[in-house]
Amino acid sequence: MPSFVIQEKCDGCKGGDKTACMYICPNDLMVLDPNAMKAYNQEPDQCWECFSCVKICPTQAIEVRGYSDFVPLGSSIVPMLGTEDIMWTCKFRNGMIKRFKFPIRTTPEGTANAYKDLRGKDIESELLCTEEVDGTVLRTPATA
Amino acid sequence: MAIPNKPLGETKAVRDPEVEEREVDILIVGGGMAACGTAFEIKKWMSEGQTVLLCDKAAMERSGAVAQGLSAINTYIGDNTPEDYVRMVRNDLMGIVREDLIFDLGTHVDDSVHLFEEWGLPIWKKSAEGKTLDGKKGQAMGTLKSGAKCVRTGKWQAMINGESYKRIVAEAAKLALGVENILERCFIVEILLDANVKNRIAGAVGFSVRENKIYIIKCKTMMVACGGAVNIYQPRSVGEGKGRCWYPVWNAGSTYTMCMQVGAELTMMENRFTPARFKDGYGPVGAWFLLFKAKAINGLGESYATSDAAKEELAKYAPYGTAAITPTCLRNHLMLFEMKAGRGPIQMDTVTALATLGAKLDKKELKHLESEAWEDFLDMTCGQANLWCAQNCEPEKLNSEIMPTEPYLLGSHSGCCGLWASGPDFDWVPESYKIKAPNGKVYNRMTTVDGLFTAGDGVGGSGHKFSSGSHAEGRITGKAMARYAKDHADFKPTLSKTKEELVALVYKPVNTFLDHCGYTTAIDINPNYVKPSGMAMRLMKATHEYGAGTATYYQTSTKSLEICMDLLQTMREDCEKLAAGDLHELMRCWEIFHRIWTVEAHLRHILFRKETRYPGFYYQADYPGQDDENWFCFVNSQYDPKAGTWECKKRDCIKIIPD
Repeated sequence: MPSFVIQEKCDGCKGGDKTACMYICPNDLMVLDPNAMKAYNQEPDQCWECFSCVKICPTQAIEVRGYSDFVPLGSSIVPMLGTEDIMWTCKFRNGMIKRFKFPIRTTPEGTANAYKDLRGKDIESELLCTEEVDGTVLRTPATA
Repeated sequence: MAIPNKPLGETKAVRDPEVEEREVDILIVGGGMAACGTAFEIKKWMSEGQTVLLCDKAAMERSGAVAQGLSAINTYIGDNTPEDYVRMVRNDLMGIVREDLIFDLGTHVDDSVHLFEEWGLPIWKKSAEGKTLDGKKGQAMGTLKSGAKCVRTGKWQAMINGESYKRIVAEAAKLALGVENILERCFIVEILLDANVKNRIAGAVGFSVRENKIYIIKCKTMMVACGGAVNIYQPRSVGEGKGRCWYPVWNAGSTYTMCMQVGAELTMMENRFTPARFKDGYGPVGAWFLLFKAKAINGLGESYATSDAAKEELAKYAPYGTAAITPTCLRNHLMLFEMKAGRGPIQMDTVTALATLGAKLDKKELKHLESEAWEDFLDMTCGQANLWCAQNCEPEKLNSEIMPTEPYLLGSHSGCCGLWASGPDFDWVPESYKIKAPNGKVYNRMTTVDGLFTAGDGVGGSGHKFSSGSHAEGRITGKAMARYAKDHADFKPTLSKTKEELVALVYKPVNTFLDHCGYTTAIDINPNYVKPSGMAMRLMKATHEYGAGTATYYQTSTKSLEICMDLLQTMREDCEKLAAGDLHELMRCWEIFHRIWTVEAHLRHILFRKETRYPGFYYQADYPGQDDENWFCFVNSQYDPKAGTWECKKRDCIKIIPD
């Protein structure tokens, strides 16, 4: 189910510090043609349809067309990724549309507690850093 | 006038890449769940002045197996016990597992899940009335750590709204490690032994897939956690659909190959995973079986898994087959049994399941149920949702086919191949499961190569870690590496190869391409070289036909395996002529090289184990059936990098937790 870039909508992330789809693709598929200033999927048969490029594209220029091997034409699923939710518009081949909204996170982006100031005490123990703080006692298995 | 002959990509590869040499105390290779766990944990234990670097082939925000998201955390102990967790994994993997590693993981995994929730991952909760609360609504019940109840599907799973699972976990990892200590788009392709100290790790070499640049990195200790191996067998879809594999298509066996090439001992490489999933789209079936209570039916509409014939078949694989929960491979075995008897195709009876559930629900609850079913796909296998749309499939009206996929190699899901790694240094852990470094100390999750660690898909003999367990294991490894680096602070790594030799090694496919590309008018067809895409098809054809692929219903024989080993030998020779015109293709060259070595280890192990331990995953036709008398043991193998030879051997499997 390879991603494709809509010619008219892609601006090559001119205004950004990086080409978003190229930055995010886990399989290094999305590339920028520097002459046209448009992105494209350079190896569609290695696309995992993870939608990472679709979700990150600032101009909604990327969609996905089902794998020609087994997916009939005419459907689409289009996400809109927000800060707290993702909205999906799922269009069936017969025209029926279903919409879904799912939560994605409960905290503002960038605020994950990395426990940056936490320093472990006993490096010889098997306790992980936060377990040590909690005073966890590691269990010994009940053996025969 | 010559016809211009241009490589496909946008970043051409050149003969003289820039070289950056670095030296750090600790090197983390990989950026998935395990590596994110290491990145979170390690600085808490590092001494003043110690340095660390993480190299990820992709961008951590969306790399590894969780890139797309997940709809459940599959390992959360909660009110269960780690002993029961061991029993479940042991039975699912037909008895032969490292119970020390599994128990150890079971005591730590919940701490990682609690962190995920703190960081912002929405975990579904049960209300006092037993209703499901997702997203922020779930927070009203408090956190899992404070005692709130998650929504279980099976005994071990906790449902989540997991679209941004990896983004959240990577965010904490990056903050903890510091972006200045992370190199993204850096593909490590070989790890390097020390020139002076035997069996001692000293560094790694890799390249940037964004600019013509090679990294040579020396280190005192290293973790390799680059996932399992995918696209090693011909997939059921061979056109564009090659990419729609079940496990991430970018997992190239790099973990196993890089470690085995420096002599690290492998374990259970014969074990593979061929999950039964929704046909073609490979969407998850777990929620359908467990949450929606759907049944699989054969072509005659029968619920075959509960038939007398099925019970009889399962009894042949006692005690595993007769346990309350049928092992994954045997569930596949029953499915194949139907298909081979002409009673296919197998379908998931979604219509009956939703009708049964719907009878008890009001309209609003029914709407929510439908949404849950779609979220299961949209959170982790978007393409399956699109396939349903394209087929006009509404699951309440139309059943969907399920089918076992092509084989995968991994150590974190329902499979257990990987590296032989040390267990923790506790009295209850058998001595034969502890790997002692020359200083006499035991370092948890260290491989048999001094200073080389692994986690997640890399640690063999365990399995069923999934995302949360891989993260926790990465943390365990992180602490062990910090301890190792502290204990070996005076060690000065020395590489045995020169900078020029390493550059020539990494960029060999580039030079091969540039030396010969002008000879023909078609860039991909040239008698002097082979492109990685062609070699990938050659590998998949060989394994498909001889190595127990889908072509033969996963059956092989000694003779077939021997033919396949010969084909692999030729492939390894021809890999000397791999050619890359651009950096993307150079990445593909190294990936196919890693895949070929990993497959060789897989087949070597299948050849050695003279029984069929995992029917449904593969069948050794010369040795059908389970042979506990001779084969209730691990199969381990080791490659000798100096001699270029392999050795396979048995290792004792010790039962620690009573039944």
